[in-house]
Amino acid sequence: MGRTQRANWKINIYAWLLLLPSLIFLILFTFYPVLQTVILSFHQADLGTPEPFFNGGENYRQMLEDEVFWKVLTNNLWFALGTVPTSMALGLAMALFANKVLRGKGFIRTAYFYPTVVPMIAVANIWLFIYTPEYGALSHVMEWFGQREMNWLGDKTNVMFAMIFMVIWKEAGYFMIFYLAGLQNISKELYESASMDGARPWTVFRRVTFPLLMPTTMFVMIIAFTNSFKLVDHLVIMTKGGPDNASNLLLYYIYETAFSFWDQGMASALTIVMVALLLLVAALQFFGLDKKIHYN
Amino acid sequence: MFRKLTGAAMFGLAALWLFPLLWALWTAFRPREQAISWTLSTDLTMANFVTVWNGAPFAQYYLNTFLIVTVILFVQIVTATLAAYAFAKLRFWGRDVLFLLFLVQLMVPADILIFPNYNVLRDLSLLDTKLGIMLPYFASAFGIFLLRQTFKTIPHELEEAARMEGCSWWQILWRVYVPLARPTYIAFGLVSVSYHWNNFMWPLIVTNSVENRPLTVGLAIFAQSFETGAQWAEVSAATIMVIFPLLLAFFLFQRQFINSFIHSGVK
Repeated sequence: MGRTQRANWKINIYAWLLLLPSLIFLILFTFYPVLQTVILSFHQADLGTPEPFFNGGENYRQMLEDEVFWKVLTNNLWFALGTVPTSMALGLAMALFANKVLRGKGFIRTAYFYPTVVPMIAVANIWLFIYTPEYGALSHVMEWFGQREMNWLGDKTNVMFAMIFMVIWKEAGYFMIFYLAGLQNISKELYESASMDGARPWTVFRRVTFPLLMPTTMFVMIIAFTNSFKLVDHLVIMTKGGPDNASNLLLYYIYETAFSFWDQGMASALTIVMVALLLLVAALQFFGLDKKIHYN
Repeated sequence: MFRKLTGAAMFGLAALWLFPLLWALWTAFRPREQAISWTLSTDLTMANFVTVWNGAPFAQYYLNTFLIVTVILFVQIVTATLAAYAFAKLRFWGRDVLFLLFLVQLMVPADILIFPNYNVLRDLSLLDTKLGIMLPYFASAFGIFLLRQTFKTIPHELEEAARMEGCSWWQILWRVYVPLARPTYIAFGLVSVSYHWNNFMWPLIVTNSVENRPLTVGLAIFAQSFETGAQWAEVSAATIMVIFPLLLAFFLFQRQFINSFIHSGVK
C-alpha cells in the first residue's frame, strides 16, 4: 500500500468517525422511522386488531376514498399557497426597508422579528382573543366600521383566512432575517455602477437585487413550504381542525388518526404521503430552480 | 413622496406587528372583570400572575424547559461541529451521498415524523421522559449546514500553521475553528434555544406527567382548562409568563441575535 493510499484510508475513517454521532441520530429518527412507516402503512393496525397484519394497499385505498383526507390535503395546499408567497414577499420588503431605514432600525427589526421567538401555542392564545366574536380586538375594530358580528374561527369560509393571516404575522420576520443576510452579501460596487448609469430604484431591484437574492429565495422557499406542513400547534388551541375540518391540516390529521383514533396503519399511510409530498416539492424546487439561479 | 409613503407604510406594519403583544400585555395586567372591555382605565394589577403561578406547577415547567433546551443545545453543538468539520474540510468516500442524506433531514424534520418517532421512542422505552423529548433533535442538519458554511471560509493555512506547532486534530478544532466560528455558534444557539423553548406538538405526545412537561404543554393545558372566555386575564398572564424569558433575552440581545445571524452568511 502506497503512502497516499494509506493517508486516504486514514482520512476516510476519520471523516466517518466525525459524522458518526450525527448519523446515528439521523438514522434513528429520520431514516429508520420512515422505513418502518412504509412497512406499517401496508398493515392493518388499529384498536380492533391486536396483532397487525398485512393488508396490501388497503390503507391507501381507504385514504383515497376518505373525504377528510382530501379536505385536509386541499386545505394544506391552500394554506401553503396563502402563506408561502405572501410571507416571503413581506419578508423581502421588510428586509429592504430594515436595511435602508436610518432612524429606528433596531425598533423596526425587533417589531418585525419578535413573533418568531414567541411559541405558536402562545400565539394561538393571543390570537384566539383577537378573533373572538364580540369581545375580541378585531370585533372592536370592526365595530368602528359599523360591523359587529364576524365569527372568524367559527365560520367555514373565514377560518382559513384567519389562520393564514396569523401565520404570515408569525413568519414574515423570520424570512426577513434570511433576506437581510442575502442583502449584505451583494457587493456595493454593483449598486454604485447602477447609480452611475442612472438606473431607477425599481430597475435596480429588478436587475440587481432580486436576481442576486435568488439563492436566498430558494432556501427560504424550502423552509417556508416545509413550515406550512409543520405548523399545526395553533389548531390544538384555536379550532381543533374545525369547524367541519375547515381549518384541519395534514399533520394535525395524522396526530388525530394516530393518537385519538389509534389507527396506526392509516397514520402511517398519511405520514408517507406527507413525506413524499415534501420530498417531491423540495426536489422540484432544487432541480427546477437551481438552473435559474445566479450565484455570486 | 413615494419613499415617504413606503416608509410610513412600513412603520404602520411595525405597529400592526407589535399590536398582539401589547394587547396581551395590557390584558394580563388588568383586573379580570375588565379584561373583555376596551374602556381605558389605569387600574393595573399583578393579581392575574399570582393566580396563574398558584394555579399550575409553572416552576416545574420552567425547570423542565430549561433543562431540555440546555441539553439539546449542548449535544447539538458537539455533533454539528464534528460533522460540519468533516463536510467542510475533508475529502472522503461517500461525501456527496451523505451530504444529500443530511439535506433530506432539512426537508423532512423530526416534527413531521411525530407518529413514527413515537414508535421508536416506545421501542426504546423512553416515553414520558425528558430524554425522549430531546433525543430526536440531537443531530441538527440546520446546524451542520450553518457551521459547514462558516468552516469553509476559514483559510486552510491556519490549520496547517497550527499543525506545524504540533496541535492534535481536536486541538485544531478547539483552538482554531471553534473560536473563529463564534458568531455562528451564537446565531445557531439562539435559533436552537428559541425553537426548543417553543416546541409543542412533540412534547405533548411524549409526556404525560408534570415532572417532564415543558412550559408550552403546561400553558396549553392551563389555557384549555377554561371553557369560557371569562378567564382571559389569567390566560394572558400565563401566556406572558411563558414567553417572557425568551422575549426579554431577545430584546436585550436583539442586535447581537440579528447581526450574528447575518454575519454567519446564511444563503
